[in-house]
Parts: sequence; C-alpha cells; structure tokens
Amino acid sequence: MSDIATRPAPSLLASPMVRFGLILVAILLAIAIGVRLDPTNTLYAIFVDPFQQMVQAPDLLAQTVWEGLVSGVLYALIALGFVLIFKASGVFNFAQGIMVVFAALTLVGLYEKGVPAFLAVIITLGVMFALAVTIERVVLRPLVNQPDIILFMATFGITYFLIGFGEALFGGNPKQMIADQLWLPRGAIDLKILGGLVTLQKIDIAAAVIASLMILLLALFFQYTRIGRALRAVADSHKAALSVGISLNQIWVIVWFTAGIVALITGIMWGARSDVSFALEIVALKALPVLILGGFTSIPGAIVGGLIIGIGEKIGEFYWGPLVGGGIESWLAYFIALAFLLFRPQGLFGDKIIERI
Amino acid sequence: MNAEPMTMTGTPIRDTGEVLLSVEAISLRFGGVKAISDVSFDIRKGEIRAIIGPNGAGKTSMLNCINGFYQPQEGRIVFKGERRAKMRPHRAAAGGIARTFQNVALFKGMSTLDNIMTGRTLKMKKGFFWQALRHGPAMQEEIAHRRVVEDIIDFLQIEHIRKLPVGKLPYGLQKRVELGRALAMEPELLLLDEPMAGMNLEEKEDMCRFILDVNQQFGTTIALIEHDMGVVMDLSDRVVVLEYGRKIADGTPDEVKANQAVIDAYLGVAH
Amino acid sequence: MFYREAGQYKSTYASDMAVFPLREDRIGIAVILAVAFVAIPFFGSDFFIASVMIPFLVFSLAAIGLNILTGYTGLISLGTAAFMGVGAYGCYKLTTLFPGVNIIVLILLSGLFSAGIGVLFGLPSLRIKGFYLAVATLAAQFFLQWCFVRVPWLFNYNASGSIEVPQRTLFDIPLTGASASPETRYFVCLGIVVTLTWFASNLVHGKLGRSWMAVRDMDIAAELMGIKLLNAKLMAFAVSSYFAGVAGAMMIFLWYGGGEAADVFSIRLSFNILFMVIIGGLGSLLGSFFGAAFLSILPTALKFGLPALGVPIGGATAEHVTFMLVGALIIIFLIAEPHGLARLWQIGKQKLRTWPFPY
Repeated sequence: MSDIATRPAPSLLASPMVRFGLILVAILLAIAIGVRLDPTNTLYAIFVDPFQQMVQAPDLLAQTVWEGLVSGVLYALIALGFVLIFKASGVFNFAQGIMVVFAALTLVGLYEKGVPAFLAVIITLGVMFALAVTIERVVLRPLVNQPDIILFMATFGITYFLIGFGEALFGGNPKQMIADQLWLPRGAIDLKILGGLVTLQKIDIAAAVIASLMILLLALFFQYTRIGRALRAVADSHKAALSVGISLNQIWVIVWFTAGIVALITGIMWGARSDVSFALEIVALKALPVLILGGFTSIPGAIVGGLIIGIGEKIGEFYWGPLVGGGIESWLAYFIALAFLLFRPQGLFGDKIIERI
Repeated sequence: MNAEPMTMTGTPIRDTGEVLLSVEAISLRFGGVKAISDVSFDIRKGEIRAIIGPNGAGKTSMLNCINGFYQPQEGRIVFKGERRAKMRPHRAAAGGIARTFQNVALFKGMSTLDNIMTGRTLKMKKGFFWQALRHGPAMQEEIAHRRVVEDIIDFLQIEHIRKLPVGKLPYGLQKRVELGRALAMEPELLLLDEPMAGMNLEEKEDMCRFILDVNQQFGTTIALIEHDMGVVMDLSDRVVVLEYGRKIADGTPDEVKANQAVIDAYLGVAH
Repeated sequence: MFYREAGQYKSTYASDMAVFPLREDRIGIAVILAVAFVAIPFFGSDFFIASVMIPFLVFSLAAIGLNILTGYTGLISLGTAAFMGVGAYGCYKLTTLFPGVNIIVLILLSGLFSAGIGVLFGLPSLRIKGFYLAVATLAAQFFLQWCFVRVPWLFNYNASGSIEVPQRTLFDIPLTGASASPETRYFVCLGIVVTLTWFASNLVHGKLGRSWMAVRDMDIAAELMGIKLLNAKLMAFAVSSYFAGVAGAMMIFLWYGGGEAADVFSIRLSFNILFMVIIGGLGSLLGSFFGAAFLSILPTALKFGLPALGVPIGGATAEHVTFMLVGALIIIFLIAEPHGLARLWQIGKQKLRTWPFPY
C-alpha cells in the first residue's frame, strides 16, 4: 500500500460539513443584512417569493418539472453517447453533439430525396456505421497510445469536419424532422391535476419511453453478451484486454457505432421537439456538466445527471430567471455542475480520487 | 572537509549531531487500511538514515508524511525543534526538506537545466514586473542562480545533457537530474525514495558516490529508502526497518543485520 | 551552410540565456520586425492590412494568452472568447469614463478587467483538473456572454446593445473610429502585440514560466518543491486573461470598429483560438503566431484566393470547405506532429543546421 493513498484535503474548507455550514451562514447573513439595507426586498424576491409561487401554483411547478425532465432525458441521451465512448476507449468524444446533428440531417436529407422514411432510417444507420469505421481507421488507430488530451483535441477536429461536411451536403438551414412518417405521436395530453392544467406533449412521453428502453437494452447488452464483456474489459485496461485476444479496433468500431445509434435516436427525438439545426451543437455542450455530475464512466450517472441538470435549469429559469432578465438557461447548468464539483470533485457516482506519487 | 573513511565493514564511526527531525508515534490510515501504525524514530543532523522493509511496508508513505504530502492521523513530527501542525508540502519545502521520487517525477517537457532551475524557485525573490522585463535585477538573479545550478550540473557530471528535454533521457540520467533538482533546493534534509531502483551496477556506484559526496561536502542530512541491502549497509549510519506499517528494528547496520525480526521479515518465518 | 552555431561562443550565462542565443535567429527576428514595421505598411494594400494583418495580430495575441494557460500551465480553457469580451467591454466603459486618456493606455488597462475575471473563474482550478476544469471555463464563457447581452450598463444602455467606438487620436492622428486609416490601426496593433509578446517571452523564460511548466508536467512534484499551486495557476489565469482581454479590446476597437459585440465573443471564437494553439504548438509562443496565421488567413485565402484562381466557389461553400479543412488539418497535425507547427519549425531548423551533411 505504500504508493497508493488518498490525498489529505487541501484545507479546512475541504470538509463538506464545514463548507456547507459556511455557505449556510453566508446566506443567512446576506438575508439578514439584505432585509435591513434593502427596502425593495430584492432578497425577498430571491429567497422567498419563488418558493411561495411553487407552493401556490403546484400545477405550474409540475409543468416546469416535466419540461425539465424531458430536456433532461435528451441531455442524458447525449451524455450516454459520451459515456459509451469514454468507457470503451478513454476518449472524451467532443463530437457526440455534432454526430446527433449529422445523423438527424442525414435522415431528413434522405427523406427529402425521396427515400421512404424507414428505409432512410436504415440507410442512416449504415452511414453512422461507415462513420464509425472511418473514425476508427483515420483518427483513432493512428493516435493510439497518445495522451487523452490529444485524442480529445482530435474529436474537435472530427466535429469541425462534420460541421463543414454536413453544411456542404445538407445546407445550414434548420430542417423539419419527419416525425409523422416515423409514427411518432403528436399532440398533447392535458392532465387536470393539482388544481390546474398540466400539458404533456405526446412526443415527450414517447421520448422518455424510448430513452428508457434504449438504456435498458444497452445495460443488457453490456451485461450479458460476449461483446459487452469485451467492452468492459477494454474499459478497464487496454493492454490487459489486448493480451487476452480482444481486438481493440473491432471494439472501437462497435462503440462508435453504438454511439452513432444513440446519436440518431437523440437526433430524431430532439428534432421532433424543435427542429434539426446546427444549434444543437451548442446544446450538446451541456452534456459536459451532466457528465461532471454523473461521472464519466457511469451510465446511471449520465441519466441521473441529465435529469438533475434538465430539471434544475428549467426551475431556475422559470422561477429565478425573470429576476435577472431571463435567459439564464444558457449558463445555469455549468454553475450547477461547478457547485457540485466543489463538494464532490469525483462526481455523484465516481470513486474517490486517489493521488499517488 | 571531514574526510572520514568509509570502512568496508559498513559501520562508519561518525559523530552525528543533534536530532534534526523526529517522528513521534505517527499512524496513517487510508480508509480502513493502516499504512503506518505507531512508528517513531529520529534523524540526526548530518547522518545518512536508511528506511528499509519489504514491499508495502509503508516506507514511501513515511516519506510522504515527513514532507507534508500526507497528514498522519495520529502522532507528530518535530522538525528542527518545531512541531508541525498540518503542513502543506510547499511549507515543508520552504523549511528545507527536499526529495526525489520512487518513479521519477521530473518535469518531462522541460530541459535538464530548467528542471534543476525549478529547484531554485523558492530562493528567487524578484517580483512579477522584473520578471516580465527580464533585465536588471531579475536577470542578475537568474544569472546568480544559474551559476549555482551549473555547479550542481558539474557535480553530477551531466553537462552534456544540460539543454536536452528530460523526457527523452535514459532512466539512470533522469534519476541523476532528479537528485540535482532536489540539491538545487539546498535542503537540510534530503529524502531519497529508492534512488537506485532499476539501475545497473555502474550507475549504482555513481549514485552511491554522489550520495556520499552530498552528505560529506554539503553536510546534508539524508534519509533514503533502498532495496539493495549492500548499498544500504555500506552507506547508512543508522537503519530503521518497517514491516506492515510497524517499526521492527532500528539501529546501526550491524545491529539491524543481526536482528531476528528483520531476518524473519526478509526471509520469512515458519508459522 | 547558412545556419550554423559553430564559432558562436557564449562567454556569459546572460548570452546563453538569451531568448535567441544564435546570431542567425537574431538576424531573422530583426528581418521579420523590419518587414512588419516597414515593408507591410508601405507595400501592403489597405485590404491586405485591414483584413489579413490586423486579424492575424489580434488572434496571435489571444492565442499567446491561451497558450500560456493551456500550453504552458496545462489548464484547458474553453472560455477565451468571453475573456476577450471582458476586455472589449472594459475598454468601452473606460473610454466613456475617461474620455481624456489615450486609447492605447485604455486598451492596455482593459486587460486588467479580464485578468480579474479570469482569476475568479480560475479559482476552481485548485480542486478540479482536466475536463472538469473545462466546465468552469465553459461556465465563464456562457455566463459572461449572457452578461454582454443582459447587463445594459456594459454597453451604456444604448438601444442597439452594441459597442460604439469613439474617435480617439494620438498627436492628431486618428487611431480609432471611422476615420482611422488601416495603417495607423495596424501600427497600434503591431506595437501592442510586439511589446506584449516580449513580456510573455520574458515571463515564460523566467521563474514564473518554469513554475507553470512544472505545474503542467507534474503538479505534485512541483508542490513538493515549494511551488504554490494555487498561486501559479491563478497567475497563469491572470496573465492569460490579460492577453485575451487586450486582444478582445483590439478586436473591437482596432479591427471591427464597433458593433454588436456579444455575438462575436461566442464559443466558436473560443474554439478557434484553441485550435490555433493546438495547430501552432502547445507551449510555444512562436507556435501561437503560426497557428493564428494559419487559421486566420486560411478562410480569407479560400474566400478570395480560389475565385481569383478561377475556381468558382461561393461564400457559403468557402465557409464549409474551411470548416472541413480545419477539422481535417487538426486531425492530420495531431497524427503527424502532436506538438504542432512550432515543432516542425524546430525540426526544420535542426535539419538546416546540419545541411548539407547530416551525418
């Protein structure tokens, strides 16, 4: 054990209890001072009013939570793509977001060319497979054994290439997802609960169900198939996996293809809710805070993290956003993740970080 | 210069000074694992103190405690007559403790020269704005320290690799550069974690010579971990033996060699 | 043949420690400076100066800033554009608050604002590393960009929400504003970039630079050698953000000449500057210039160069092709030479040193 050890925390502040206490004291102090100095009751508006609203109009709260839940599911799907690739190849795949866009664009583009919808899905899957093979051949194989950061940068390169490629092929304009043709439901269900109306879009329900099914399938795949076992072996140690005869190249193609399937499904769901455009590339960056919360290697972590971020940012935007002029959704997720990091640098499900020397 | 002959029997009869550092009943746990339990020993000024023991005995953890990288849960460490509360590693460095590492921990992207110059960081005082100008006082300071570093480079005979990035050097040279970097801090106490691991005989002999020279020329107190018993017995004034985180013997090399617990620990004992 | 160090003896440590110890290198740098200060303003067309050289200088400065953080200290940042924006808005506020002070002084001062903000967002770097830190810088990127839109105080409550660049002069020569000639703006940019690059080079060759690299290469060992990690990292954030801030102020005041700035300082720009640093070479100041030249000139060259050669290519297609090319080049560079253009340059120099008899 002489060389493995947990590192002592850097300072007094490191104890979560102490930090939590300090933050609590700071908030209480701020309220106390604020109430005195602040005739217009800004602090009331920050610390009391939103909660009152939540209690007084539970239907609005439920609606907000539901919307958060749905965007959370989509964040979780993007994060899932990241996790799959990170687990199996140690690559932090920045290109997952653009893969979602690319898959959706290919699907819609094919349909516009006159290919029947379901055939288009199959062809798109083929394209994603070709993409996986190409990435493995052209990018991963020459870069094997390079430091993580280099591979991370290489996925930036993939991102840029796919942006240019996608725009050149399909044009930069937003497109309509072919939701009807894929038998996805549309319309909404109005629930009369909590003394008001809560509107659930059918497509959102479908998204949640399909996402759950896919996650279940992936879990089974990882747990019970030969390839799943090989994947887990590769995730633990490349060298050890090689030494028992697992082909790294084959595994990589499989995970990138799996991530491509996840990307296509995410793209369909996302596209059906809004439209298919390159703006999604920025949204995909939100997978980063999701991964911070859930840990980079944990599939359940990605899901829970996605839900926390999704619900957290919707509630934050709805109840606190108006106080500062709105639009805080664009950065709230990152601050939620940062706040978590200060308490648990290893994420929700990660193991304690061990430093060795 | 005290030209004390090192006798072949391995028991140099030397006057060592007062206690420089004493470890008093420290225990270190990682979760449920006890890495060190209730170990006490001291290091006297000017001596070479060896810490030996089988793999996993807690030797490196002990060094990590001494220079503040780990904080033991129990016990205390007194350095230069001063009890240390929780201490950050850079405070230990400022207090005059330098070390080398079991697996070479050099700054791989930097040249040999820069690596050793880094050891002078604490001694360089000129502020940000002088550094930004790199003329006048900051340059004079830089040159003064370069002179010291060049002396160390001469001493370790690594002139030829001065400007090469250390990442590409062979292992033995890397170990030497690391020693140079520690020496550049002009430490009072130098901790060496397996300075000869992975070296061939010739490199080992060189390294032994350097360690003795450092000890005799600069009067630096040295605590070292080493697995090569021949080296340990020849170099050290006193030896402390750890096993499973406990101290099982402490004394001159001859005493330790004759100690039954040590023999059992190394050769195994029939249960 | 022409590039030899033989016969150049260094008799003092000072000459050995010079940034350019070789006579040929010093001559080279003098030639480059002469071209930059004399040849380009005299012979370059207005278009060349305004759309090629000024952007190149602005991006170089930003890339140097990011290189200090990512290349030298090993802290990855995806928020460079936001720190540039802080500089631009800081400079705007300064020009309104102190109309009498020379604009060059204000541009240099505006970097201090982004240095402060940079330190603030650098604080988490003590506890978190690597990809985790990228989140902190992304938080900075999106939060600050939001501020640029939502905090009207920053753009003096004007209706358009854009930065208005006032006309400012030095010795009655307009430096900023509509009537400033490209040559003047170019000279101001060049002066700032050369001076700050000199500072940066001094810093990275001194104690601070060594501390940064030590933190990058082996932070634990650095700490055990007495380097205070938090100080070194925050210093890197401060210096890096200062450079970015000055670059941002230059971008709006000397290049764009005002306008809707919030969209300019987007995550795209952050990525672009990161690519400049990667392609140019992490941990090399010279590389920052190479990277900036490459990525800022490539789009312009494609847009205007190909039609000139008779290849029909529209503006939009040129943009797509640029994206694809940049993406492909990043991958190619990472595969061929992870250390970037700067390393290729060094290898070239090494070859030249032994040419024509390599053995």
